[in-house]
Amino acid sequence: MSSQDKLTDTVGADTGQSTQEARMGEGADNRFNSPLRKALGSSPFILTKFDKFMNWVRGSSMFMLQFGIACCSIEMMHTYSVKHDLDRFGAGVPRASPRQADVIIVPGTIVSKFAPRMKRVYDQMPEPKFVVGMGSCTISGGPFQEGYNVIKGAEEVIPVDIHVPGCPPRPEALIYGIAKLQERVANGESAPVTVKPYELEEFGDLERDELVEKLAEQIDHDDLVMRYNWVDSP
Amino acid sequence: MSLEEPGPRDVGLTKAGEVNYDELESLLGDAVLDRETHLNAEAFVIRPDAVQDTLSALKEEAGFDFLNCVTAQEYQDRYETIYHMTKYDDRTQEVGVVVPTSKDDPVSESAEPVFRTADWHEREAYDLVGIEYADHPDMRRILLPETWQGHPLSMDYDQTKPQIVTLRENKNPLEEDQRLNDDSDTMMLNIGPHHPATHGVLHVEATLDGEQVADVEPDIGYIHRCEEQMCQQGTYRHQIMPYPDRWDWGGAGLLNEWAYARTAEELADIDVPEYAQVIRTMSGELSRILSHMLAVAAYALDVVGDFTATFMYGMQDRETVQNILEDLTGQRLMFNYFRLGGVAWDLPEPREEFFEKIRAFIDDLPEKLEEYHNLLTSNEILQVRTVDTGRLEPEVAKNYGATGPVARGSGIDYDVRRDDPYGYYDKLDWDVVTEEGCDNYARLLVRLQEVEESAKIINQCVDLLEDWPEEDRTIQANVPRTIKPEPDTEVYKSVEAAKGELGIYIRSDGTDSPARFKIRGGSFSNLQTLPEMAEGEYIADLIASLGSLDTIMGEVDR
Repeated sequence: MSSQDKLTDTVGADTGQSTQEARMGEGADNRFNSPLRKALGSSPFILTKFDKFMNWVRGSSMFMLQFGIACCSIEMMHTYSVKHDLDRFGAGVPRASPRQADVIIVPGTIVSKFAPRMKRVYDQMPEPKFVVGMGSCTISGGPFQEGYNVIKGAEEVIPVDIHVPGCPPRPEALIYGIAKLQERVANGESAPVTVKPYELEEFGDLERDELVEKLAEQIDHDDLVMRYNWVDSP
Repeated sequence: MSLEEPGPRDVGLTKAGEVNYDELESLLGDAVLDRETHLNAEAFVIRPDAVQDTLSALKEEAGFDFLNCVTAQEYQDRYETIYHMTKYDDRTQEVGVVVPTSKDDPVSESAEPVFRTADWHEREAYDLVGIEYADHPDMRRILLPETWQGHPLSMDYDQTKPQIVTLRENKNPLEEDQRLNDDSDTMMLNIGPHHPATHGVLHVEATLDGEQVADVEPDIGYIHRCEEQMCQQGTYRHQIMPYPDRWDWGGAGLLNEWAYARTAEELADIDVPEYAQVIRTMSGELSRILSHMLAVAAYALDVVGDFTATFMYGMQDRETVQNILEDLTGQRLMFNYFRLGGVAWDLPEPREEFFEKIRAFIDDLPEKLEEYHNLLTSNEILQVRTVDTGRLEPEVAKNYGATGPVARGSGIDYDVRRDDPYGYYDKLDWDVVTEEGCDNYARLLVRLQEVEESAKIINQCVDLLEDWPEEDRTIQANVPRTIKPEPDTEVYKSVEAAKGELGIYIRSDGTDSPARFKIRGGSFSNLQTLPEMAEGEYIADLIASLGSLDTIMGEVDR
């Protein structure tokens, strides 16, 4: 420990300045003293694993997908704009195209007609990608859980990293959720990508039961379909 | 006014100007099978093959030019379609037309040739209940996917059966870039369901001829989350009220709650104390400002691509209003503040501080609106894109049942707050805003001016509340713990919500939850006018028109 102290102090030793002061030069304001600079001291080298560095970078600059579904998207808009300003945390650039986005916030109820489209949008995002489920509807279907047309949570279709509860969650809650996600990303954690109950598959690959026989005239063999087994839903 | 058509349109009126149902019955002749009394109006039961004749007689001769809503429902022994009709000139004059059809052959004549608005309403009735309409130009599902099995609001629907939904309509937008056939020069373009300009999950199938829109069809149902089913499962007293907040999530929650409160209070015969009415009026108008600010902010984003100034201004003002409403209701967006017979609780203490907060907002508002006008309405880019684009003629708007700022931007002087008064509106001094422009610009102006009118209303309400004697502050009427209206009572009532007229039909069956709960969302009818506004115009104007309609998909799909 003591030898290290010595080492860091060598630069400013002659002039009686601290390392930091020496590196800053004259005239620079104290507020430019970043935590990074403090951590590094006078050492001109950053020694870390490249993976770890990349994770830190990833967590510090996240591009969100501009993706509005329902009520929660209004609070999501508020999170992006004045007062809450998600951009402060390095995660506030809404991208209109999924091909340029790292994070998808799912802000609302997912219904049967929309789930295949959401899955498609998710598939279009480049890896590594992360999902924040916003609001009760993405957890369980929320107030609409008993609806005949409602998917019982986003987890039925895509893997979700962070669930933010609320109906709708306050912007503060969403920011907390995103900060948690950034933390996890910086630590290299993410939700495992597993096979979900509702996947897009070709119609011809479905087990031929009564329903499939009935729809055979309407749907082509190689059309993509999503099959909802409501009985198995939570 | 020049808009009025000449002709005998006053059949069926008494000398006092009220509806004379006996005269209407003789006008309709032998089409009438029976007569029913709904709480809001009399209704004629007619033969299923005489729908067009009946509706056009009521429209042309008796002046019922507004097909407000179409409700479909199933009874033990029959299906029934109810056409709720009223007049743009006088909202208090109403009549219902009930069309029963048999269980084995649920087919009745379509009203689409008489009222264009019936197109979507009847498709929804077919989709959810299973009634078919002869003569309908486009009888297919509207909210649920085409491959759906069964009709979910019919009696024998089994919710546990599996369903299969396809992903082929908009598999990949670029793959669909194809010429429809060899000799035409058109291109098919999908906009949505995930697209920044569609304000939610709307899918617009546009066929383009060069840069012009040759054909446009809104494809809805991407957020159909069974609101009517949810309300039919809830009890009147407490379990239904949270849902209206979620129909129009742009901030107009309190106005939506009012629609349910008004209908259920009519059904259960509850009188609301005057004090609660003033609070409702005040908070409802704050809600309207919230909604209009979102519309204006998002419109700036759509048309001028202005994310940094106008959009942020709108959001900032919304934050202020949300703070006020949070003080009052405890929630930022989904207020759940109204109760049957009043409101949940009194104004927050200390009252002076709360009033001060509202006053400060109202006092700052003129200056802020001036900024909006500087940034937006006097912006040349915006004017070029909105003036004289997306034209919606008043007669067309009426045919489609447009209401709210969309109708008032086409010069239709129609506002339920004034024409069928409720709350405290008739005792306050305010004006209905109309613009004669009929274009996108006029609709934007109407919204900005309505914010001013709302501020006027709020100011007067605060005046009243400040001086309200302490012993007289009753916030709720005495309402029975369980509300069980008489079986087979039917009522249709509406309020002026932020997007347009929000109507609710309830039929009771003697239990403590409704047998049928039907929602008429203002956005549903307003969105239907999109093809009229966009066809023949440039594709860029389609986006401007869509934004000016300010549809909220939760109210469209319900």
